[in-house]
Amino acid sequence: MEVLKESGQREVFCGLTSIVWLHRRMPDAFFLVVGSRTCAHLIQSAAGVMIFAEPRFGTAILGERDLAGLADANDELDRVVTDLLARRPEIRTLFLVGSCPSEVIKLDLAKAAERLNGRLTGRVRVVNYSGSGIETTFTQGEDQALTALVPLLPRGDQRQLLLVGTLADAVEDRFLTLFERLGVGPVVALPPRRSTELPPVGPGTMALLCQPFLGSTARALQARGVTLLPSPYPLGVEGSRRWFETAANAFGIDPAHTATVLDPLVARGQAAVAPHRRDLEGKRLFLLPDSQMEPALARFLHRECGMELVEVGTPYLDRALQQPELDLLPPDTALSEGQHLERQLERVRAARPDLVVCGMGLANPLEAEGIATKWSIELVFSPIHGCDQAGDLAELFARPLRRRAALAFA
Amino acid sequence: MELTLWTYEGPPHVGAMRIAASMEGVHYVLHAPQGDTYADLLFTMIERRDRRPPVTYTTFQARDLGGDTADLVKRSIAEAVERFRPQALLVGESCTAELIQDQPGALAQGMGFGDLPIVNLELPAYSKKENWGAGETFYQLVRGLLKGQIPAPGSPRPDPGRWRSEGRRPRLNLLGASLLGFRCRDDVIEVTRLLAELGVEVAVVAPLGATPADLLRLPEADANVCLYPEVADSTCSWLERQFGMACVRTVPIGIGATVAFLQEVVQVLGLDPALLPSPERSRLPWYSRSVDSTYLTGKRVFIFADATHAIAAARIASQELGFQVVGLGSYSREQARAVRAAATELGLEALISDDYLAVEAAMAAAAPELVLGTQMERHSAKRLGVPCAVISSPLHVQDVPARYAPQMGWEGANVIFDSWVHPLMMGLEEHLIGMFRHDFEFVDGHMSHRGETAAAAPEAPVSGVWTSDGEAELKKVPFFVRGKVRRNAEAYAQERGIGAITAEVMFDAKAHFSR
Repeated sequence: MEVLKESGQREVFCGLTSIVWLHRRMPDAFFLVVGSRTCAHLIQSAAGVMIFAEPRFGTAILGERDLAGLADANDELDRVVTDLLARRPEIRTLFLVGSCPSEVIKLDLAKAAERLNGRLTGRVRVVNYSGSGIETTFTQGEDQALTALVPLLPRGDQRQLLLVGTLADAVEDRFLTLFERLGVGPVVALPPRRSTELPPVGPGTMALLCQPFLGSTARALQARGVTLLPSPYPLGVEGSRRWFETAANAFGIDPAHTATVLDPLVARGQAAVAPHRRDLEGKRLFLLPDSQMEPALARFLHRECGMELVEVGTPYLDRALQQPELDLLPPDTALSEGQHLERQLERVRAARPDLVVCGMGLANPLEAEGIATKWSIELVFSPIHGCDQAGDLAELFARPLRRRAALAFA
Repeated sequence: MELTLWTYEGPPHVGAMRIAASMEGVHYVLHAPQGDTYADLLFTMIERRDRRPPVTYTTFQARDLGGDTADLVKRSIAEAVERFRPQALLVGESCTAELIQDQPGALAQGMGFGDLPIVNLELPAYSKKENWGAGETFYQLVRGLLKGQIPAPGSPRPDPGRWRSEGRRPRLNLLGASLLGFRCRDDVIEVTRLLAELGVEVAVVAPLGATPADLLRLPEADANVCLYPEVADSTCSWLERQFGMACVRTVPIGIGATVAFLQEVVQVLGLDPALLPSPERSRLPWYSRSVDSTYLTGKRVFIFADATHAIAAARIASQELGFQVVGLGSYSREQARAVRAAATELGLEALISDDYLAVEAAMAAAAPELVLGTQMERHSAKRLGVPCAVISSPLHVQDVPARYAPQMGWEGANVIFDSWVHPLMMGLEEHLIGMFRHDFEFVDGHMSHRGETAAAAPEAPVSGVWTSDGEAELKKVPFFVRGKVRRNAEAYAQERGIGAITAEVMFDAKAHFSR
């Protein structure tokens, strides 16, 4: 499959945005961005509706004095952290999150974490990673956060399944039930629901990624002896089925038993997708690069919903993690990596697709040009994984088309 | 280093984007890493704009930093000029690019774009904020375009009354309206109508809807109107200094201010004062005098907004609606002095802060019955269970209404009356509820005519310090204010070290808080 590689202006969020879903996963963790007013404004704008109950994330905004002397900046950071932890005694893990300005001035957050860990031993664990836009795109922020946790995982040799990547709690509960039915277990998760309950890993651990954007985490786990189970991702009925099957096969479960568990789910999932397929079938889809979930979404929308793929963009194509998805796409799929926004929009306008999946900055302008859109950010905030959610996932894409058909002003 | 959870203002380059996006024919090349494009959604989502802001981001990455980011800047500028063919180009940097010092403005000026006006924006991201950035960008753009037209020193100031001898209508520029400002779109229409009634034409509205060519015509007007000082103050002062242009500085929000604004226009332009209309052009004065509004008397109001809207709200609340202002503040440090003066007039100390938690604490301490604020205060007020009307940026999509809803002028006063009074319980309703509050229908949840009890909001169990007679009395309070009465009584008891809240204590607290 040929890939069009582009560079230029990108219309994507930086990795800091991942904090919006990561902090909800671990209610005892705080994410402190060390950055600028821009970082604070970005997170609050991306969160859209402000989550106003005092949020578990914030920004230590660098001022002119911090830029003038790094020694002062370190003292200031210690002061901010002390104040913060005094106000939030329930916090057990503090993520110091690097940003573009902190990276450029080379503020060493690893050292800061080490220093603070020395002081806070037994109370709060301080972890650092970078969510900066010069290094990470959107979902890569989660990849970096999880990568930072890998060295902290205790060693454990037991045979187990490790789910990697944030899932909505309800979806995870459902998956745990299904793994139990399949006879796969024990099952642990990274990130865990409580930041202090880090799963042990070792050579007996088999990791199954819930998301395709966790390449760096996957490699760090492999370095700890973990076996990575390559699979399509659990989006849509087909992806979810194959994902569960991958785990079941690795655990030596009788395929007949696996089928008994999964067949009814598949049938129900397909029935839930069917009404949306009627709206989506034959419609032409253009995915702009955003979350790295684009190949998996394209596979679902093409194979299960009958959409035609005009172009599948992804900010970064991690071949190792995406191959199982690429294998399921038609061989002539127009795949693009990176972005040159204006050129890509020219291709959108030329192709006149029926639906464009894009970020919030582009949605209304494209709608105003007469092109239906679906905001991609919803795909990382909504529970969309698993057979049971396949109907809801299809509905997210069918709704803009249905809405257009429903509106009449003359 | 300052810990921030939510921020009232974005960084200064977002202010520059507001100017670029408000205008036509202007393009802004911003040296910035990926991620900074988030700011586009402020315009396309909150303002529901049908196009992206005219901004090209250089999108540099870590791997570019070792190499030549200056070359990336030049390529981005060349592509943007070629693609968008702007009439004026703004070039600047966001917080991260400021640190790597590529001097994009200087690079652009050396690229040989002939007579394309290029404005080099230097907006210090680590000390300034969005509104300052908007004001500075507007000023730099106007200055950059008009510097060739500055009259020689010592030239006589143009007479704002010269329209008479030139045999034409007087004309004014309306300056400061911008995207993401509060109701600017409708304020411009309303102020244009106000002026039309005096026979005054609007020459240029800027930045909203203006082109660079329009800015070149600014000196042709007889005077300027500084509609939003946050954005237009430095531009108006510069035009006053360099071109001798008079400036109308009253912001016409509220009846008194609208009257004062029209008087200032009449005086500056030398118009006939007989032209001045009656304030009864708005319904607010009569609505405020009508008997139902008696119940508004002395309502405790907490105000926090940008300086322009906070000061206007304080005057309207205290003088035109008969409220009692119990707190006044602003996040606009640049205009802090004016806010402090307005607060002093009301016997208050102004709260100048950009820490929303400090604002929430002040709000809670003031025990208001109505909050007038920004989206931040709307959330805080919701948490405190106090009604709130939004009167200023920062905005949410719901603050950009489909209907005509100005804040300025006569219609603006109508809009303000409705939107501030509606969150409160209306007079007659409050009276009846007071009369019938002991009826069982009111005691335990509002009864529907269908005969079912509406689900009452879950209340935390009354804390143990209540005695049984206190609790019995508390139950007689209508359910929708019961939480507040309880909180007040508990706070009152705690403050005074009273262990048991009896019915007497509750009435004491009621007397205390209804002062």
